Amino acid sequence: MMRFVLAMLVALFAGSFGALAQDQEPLHITITDGVIEPLPFAIAGFIPETPDAADVAAQLTQVVSSDLSGTGLFREIPKSAYIQNIAKFDTPVNYSDWQAINAQALVVGSVAMSGGKVVVKFRLFDVFSGQQMGEGQQLAASPGSWRRLAHKVSDVIYSRITGEGPYFDSRVVFVSESGPKNARQKRLAVMDYDGANVTYLTDASTIVLAPRFSRDGTRVLYTTFETGFPRIKMLDVATASARLLPDVPGTMTFAPRFSPDGKKVVYSLEQNGNTDLWMMDIASGQTQRLTTSPSIETSPSFSPDGSRIVFESDRSGTQQLYIMSTGGGDATRISFGDGRYSTPVWSPRGDMIAFTKQNSGRFHIGVMRTDGSEERLLTSSFLDEGPTWSPNGRVIMFTRETPGAQGEAALYSVDISGRNLKKVPTPGPASDPAWSPLLP
Amino acid sequence: MNFATKAALAVAILGLAACSNPDKYGSGATGPGGTLGPGGAGINQGGINDPNSPAYFSQTIGDMVHFSVDQSTLSDTARGILTQQASWLVSHPTYTAIIEGHADEQGTRDYNLALGARRANAAQEFLISQGVAGNRLRTVSYGKERPLAICSTEECYAKNRRAVTVISQSAAGS
Repeated sequence: MMRFVLAMLVALFAGSFGALAQDQEPLHITITDGVIEPLPFAIAGFIPETPDAADVAAQLTQVVSSDLSGTGLFREIPKSAYIQNIAKFDTPVNYSDWQAINAQALVVGSVAMSGGKVVVKFRLFDVFSGQQMGEGQQLAASPGSWRRLAHKVSDVIYSRITGEGPYFDSRVVFVSESGPKNARQKRLAVMDYDGANVTYLTDASTIVLAPRFSRDGTRVLYTTFETGFPRIKMLDVATASARLLPDVPGTMTFAPRFSPDGKKVVYSLEQNGNTDLWMMDIASGQTQRLTTSPSIETSPSFSPDGSRIVFESDRSGTQQLYIMSTGGGDATRISFGDGRYSTPVWSPRGDMIAFTKQNSGRFHIGVMRTDGSEERLLTSSFLDEGPTWSPNGRVIMFTRETPGAQGEAALYSVDISGRNLKKVPTPGPASDPAWSPLLP
Repeated sequence: MNFATKAALAVAILGLAACSNPDKYGSGATGPGGTLGPGGAGINQGGINDPNSPAYFSQTIGDMVHFSVDQSTLSDTARGILTQQASWLVSHPTYTAIIEGHADEQGTRDYNLALGARRANAAQEFLISQGVAGNRLRTVSYGKERPLAICSTEECYAKNRRAVTVISQSAAGS
């Protein structure tokens, strides 16, 4: 089992990140170009234990397989290669049969309909060490939530093998786009992390931008032009009801984010052409100005402990990243490379900042440590922007837009290793993703 | 202004009209941009040769000024246009204006909103310096959300880096 875990750690983080698990050396971010062989796994089941569970069992198997394979860290062995037929949940595993097809991990599961609920049981086996990994688990949910059950199963498997936090059982709020480039229609929408279960939260009657979840996932802040001017609105996800936050007439407010405790909003306020950062207490509406520079200060993001804010400013002449205390005051510049840095977002693990970088006519998504060291660019295209972190801080989703009159925006995700870049399925063009925390 | 530019302007302004801004400036009878809005092109507003018409303001004088990459400084050309805009606004006191700031697509969303606001403010301050009462003017930034030209070359970007003075009649006007 130890060999198995180590193999996965290496696969995940190509040595440098793996070092973190073994000692207290600081993160060392380097681009690795080694080809990582995904870990082969098999799913024997999920076996339907009641006749009415056959369909959901097949669907759930598909989602678990898709979750794991979609990470790029795992590769499912086709069922046609299986030697042992595990017909029941308690059938003993014949390890040699699974070793013969080089399945390193084996999932055995079952699904039953019981008392109006979908009940899932599963076990994870380390095939080459010939033992079960962790306890078997049983989860239950209403039939309409079978996808969440699948994601929770995948999360347990992923976490046990990688040692990383879970992230599949999460949602993404984003802007759904349609129409021509000079009259783009935009609607807020929310979906599962993998693009399933899309729900629209606003209509297309006005421009909406850059939604952001509260840490408990119940509320979303976004920018709307519904008054004719950019204003910040706060939406309750469950009811889709929303209210404008108070503002000062004659100003624009935008780029909001919740504080980690959900009680405050940090945002940009523009007055007389100058954009600064402000904080608002949601309950009282009281505001506090955090910056007073004549330059542009925007795209603020809290550290996970709420003590600091990372933001972008062009006070040096070009857009760069700065960190200041949540109360405002002096800020420390952390970006010093070539080009312009923007849209910094603090990792939920607290260890890194993701950002957008413009350099030599290209856009990149990158990560750096919170002191600005060990910068690494993960992507490159005509227009990549606006990273958002998965709940476990290991995957980044962002907007990629193609050039020209027919250019369209789409959502993409990439590992912080720079691997596994892929398009996230959405019903049409989409932009401005924001990842929710892990669902409760 | 050649035909292609006018066509692009019409498309863009109709696009703005379609996005339904229920503020007092954006939903007047003349519609945003005067002649090209829902009020109908030139039907009852006078043509581009009638110095009292919104069409004269938007087309003969020109309702927009352009900026360099990542800049909000007014060029001599921009100052010339804004000087004429200010003169027209001073002599047509029933009109108010929203100055829209815009950016090209080579920037992030938040920054471009702030940059567009800088541009709109630069135009507004110049109009005020030329005698237009500040309470007749307001600014808004669309960032990179409403480009005029949709290609992804400098030729289009230059058209999109703009401040547009969108006039409308005050409530009692006609």
